[in-house]
Amino acid sequence: MTRITLVAGRGLPLRGNDVDTDRIIPARYLRAITFEGMEQHVFEDDRKAAPHPFDDARFAGASVLLVNSNFGCGSSREHAPQAIARWGIKAIVGESFAEIFFGNSAMIGLPCVKAAASDVRGLMELVERNPQAEIRIDLTAGVCEADGLRCAASLPPNVRDAFATGAWDTTGMLLDRYDEVNAAAARLPYVGGF
Amino acid sequence: MGTTLLQKVWDLHTVRKLPTGQTQLFIGLHLVHEVTTPQAFDALRARGWKVARTDRTFATADHIIPTLARTRPFLDVMAEDMLAALERNCRDFGIRLAGLDDDRQGIVHVIGPELGLTQPGMTIACGDSHTSTHGAFGAVAFGIGTSQVRDVLASQCLALEPMRVRCIRLTGTLPAGVYAKDVILTIIQRLGVRGGTGYAYEYAGDTIERMSMDERMTICNMSIEGGARVGYVNPDATTFQYMRGRPFAPAGEAFERATAWWTSMASDADAAYDDTVDMRAEDLTPVVTWGVNPGQSIGVGGRIPSPDDPGSDPQAVSDALAYMKLRPGQKIAGTKVDVAFIGSCTNGRLSDLREAARVVRGRRVAPHVKALVVPGSAAISRAAEQEGLAESFRAAGFEWRGAGCSMCLGMNPDRLEGDQICAASSNRNFKGRQGSPTGRTLLMSPAMVAAAAISGEVTDVREMVDR
Repeated sequence: MTRITLVAGRGLPLRGNDVDTDRIIPARYLRAITFEGMEQHVFEDDRKAAPHPFDDARFAGASVLLVNSNFGCGSSREHAPQAIARWGIKAIVGESFAEIFFGNSAMIGLPCVKAAASDVRGLMELVERNPQAEIRIDLTAGVCEADGLRCAASLPPNVRDAFATGAWDTTGMLLDRYDEVNAAAARLPYVGGF
Repeated sequence: MGTTLLQKVWDLHTVRKLPTGQTQLFIGLHLVHEVTTPQAFDALRARGWKVARTDRTFATADHIIPTLARTRPFLDVMAEDMLAALERNCRDFGIRLAGLDDDRQGIVHVIGPELGLTQPGMTIACGDSHTSTHGAFGAVAFGIGTSQVRDVLASQCLALEPMRVRCIRLTGTLPAGVYAKDVILTIIQRLGVRGGTGYAYEYAGDTIERMSMDERMTICNMSIEGGARVGYVNPDATTFQYMRGRPFAPAGEAFERATAWWTSMASDADAAYDDTVDMRAEDLTPVVTWGVNPGQSIGVGGRIPSPDDPGSDPQAVSDALAYMKLRPGQKIAGTKVDVAFIGSCTNGRLSDLREAARVVRGRRVAPHVKALVVPGSAAISRAAEQEGLAESFRAAGFEWRGAGCSMCLGMNPDRLEGDQICAASSNRNFKGRQGSPTGRTLLMSPAMVAAAAISGEVTDVREMVDR
């Protein structure tokens, strides 16, 4: 499985707290049986309503999304990180992430890295000043660097290690030593029917 | 120090500590629906995997189901594809399906409890964030994404991080006209939409203990709206009474053995919590949201906040007011509504319909309001027909629909149009949530929705029912 230890690319600032998954991908686009083409509708309603960073020519080709707090709150739809990743985003740096979104992103190899509010603000301002600046996120060292700015950008240690070893694709790991799963199930009175 | 229910369930379901440091947790019940699973089944096919425990898996269709004409094939080709895929996947992998024409069909979080599939002390996962609903039974239940659905299908396990537990204690008697929905909206307003991140919410105290299972489900359902992936209530006599006689619940002597085990899984009286919050039921009022997240709410007697209010997030407030087209300082009561929606996994249960029917009986829906009632399941629909609730709604001018998620999320034909404003008993007032990119949602209790439907504007339901 692919190992992810370093992400580098230009930044895309998306300001605002509590950006929910209905914003990221409206529910009507969940009417599909694959994730193909999901990126075509990423932030669609916001993008139709007003000028949007995802349509800003200065940020075209950017691969590091910069966000504020509680990004991805709301529904458990994996379509949200799928749409973002398929659009070309390789990592998200933010003040905080909603729990299910964070986990879904990790499961598809999209690191959501946490940084201090002041550092996120610094990164957003830097990218708005200089959209060509390269942001480098060293997941192992927990450091984000861009154009002279250097800040802590961390993942929980186990998520960091999962990316480093390629273990973020979990199914194989869960199927390993399956006799232990059967043993755990046998301990549960409701599985046997009381 | 004693142990919480969360810890007991967690420990008992732990398979092993994974090399990543996560816990491999056995999932006691996996609920499947049409939206978040087709890609997961395809992943199984691609790798030649089977579903590990078909005996611990159950499926239904809810999100995309039209609530008017259910004739197949659906007019919406994509919805038809999704339902066909679910039927094919369940057939190919040997999963039980309460499909479109099954008399057990309904919203996944309504039918799990109804059928007795949901039981205390279980771990329950489903590709839907409102899986927290099942915590009302003292289960540890949470929403997962499609990759995790794949994991559960293939292994009946998940790789998870531990959670902290916040005990929210509600004591005292709720005033008349104040419902479980008002309780959870108030909790979210006070603790914030991010307040629960990393936590499981344990709802306790004598107010919760006196609540019915339907009420407990409403509260646990919206835990995720406060950022908490899990919400639960300790199982007690009310829980066991509800369980008795359900199709998948243990029967006879097994029921007595189950009750003993369920009781043992409740949090110990001296359990240690990572945090505790105390609230008084007497202080609560009917609540209405005015903004674009479920934390943006006020009492029905209150005024719409201003970006200039001390302690507010001015950017968030102005953004919400601009979207909602509401003026700061204005009273929320009296806000004209275009649509009234009673239903959803939050408030589409029989007792919700009963409370709403009390308000509408002998009255008429305001001429400018489109009002619909969507029962949470086929079983609730039958029960409501039988006890005359459906007739009360129809007589008042409500549309009486078939079971499904309906107008909660705009994945089926039931949607807002343009910038219509909807009094809704559902769970999310996000921008565009109800299917129109400019549609507006005011969350409230089903009785409050009924009151708004009748008067045509946001109304304090306490003025409309005998105390």
